[in-house]
Amino acid sequence: MGKLKSLADLKKIREEARTRLDLRVKGDSPEGLVQVKVAMATCGIASGAKPIMDFFVDELDKRGIGAIVTQTGCMGYCYAEPTVEVQLPGQEPVVYGFVDKKRADEIIEKYIKNGELVDGIIPVNYEKID
Amino acid sequence: MKEIALHIMDIAQNSIRAGADEIMISVSEAPSSDTFTMTINDNGKGMDEETRRKATDPWFTSRTTRRVGMGLPLLQMNARLSGGEMIITSAPGQGTKVAATFGYHHLDRPPLGDVSGTIALLISANPAINIIYTHSFEGTEWSISTAEIIEELGLEAVTDLTIVRSLKEIISENLAEITNFKA
Repeated sequence: MGKLKSLADLKKIREEARTRLDLRVKGDSPEGLVQVKVAMATCGIASGAKPIMDFFVDELDKRGIGAIVTQTGCMGYCYAEPTVEVQLPGQEPVVYGFVDKKRADEIIEKYIKNGELVDGIIPVNYEKID
Repeated sequence: MKEIALHIMDIAQNSIRAGADEIMISVSEAPSSDTFTMTINDNGKGMDEETRRKATDPWFTSRTTRRVGMGLPLLQMNARLSGGEMIITSAPGQGTKVAATFGYHHLDRPPLGDVSGTIALLISANPAINIIYTHSFEGTEWSISTAEIIEELGLEAVTDLTIVRSLKEIISENLAEITNFKA
């Protein structure tokens, strides 16, 4: 396809994507999707959270993983930004800190694809101020 | 922040936290009159006068997860460094408008940056909020909104990763067209 310019082009892509999605086993319901939340407050953005969010959107799509990528605010881990919360279907969310592209790639390849934990997990009981 | 697009991403989070369900974002470039304007106008809960005044104090924040709030102070600093200003208009129940102006040709004005990606991510990550983005260049305007995308493609499409990536491309193609001024 040539250059994308209008919502009509977007509609075409959507229809193609839907055909692809239907072929996937888990891709149909939101509960079957991997949820990735990138912390996107001032601290996150200043540490490079936006390119990391771009990376997840591009790579999860290219690697054919059914996922939703959204944003959260500051979780209080400003020292460890960019932070990313990943929730696999039916599991507790895990928060990763200091996520650069290398770690993001590991998160996709090891954690999202195989459920293996990777370095950089922020323990859930870490104390927030206040 | 190194890009105006990142300020947009940042300030829009304030609107989201304020419970807005409509956020109007606009960027207006006018090199001929040396002005670059960015406004974010939401229908969130708004602020009273005291909060509005404190909003530019980095030691003030409405958050409880940390003690500083740098988003608006950093935007104000960048606006002032390039000979512009940031103005916040707000009232409880009336929403908030943040308008920042910059000197278009000023060396200290941050570049626009990846505004297409920022808007595409904001739209897809917040499907319940109608985000209306308008970009104008020397008076030629282009705009896109969550509402029109949902009308055309349905709600579930907004969070689809392939759609997000294509949306970014559509925004960027259209902006390239309106900003492609003839010298």
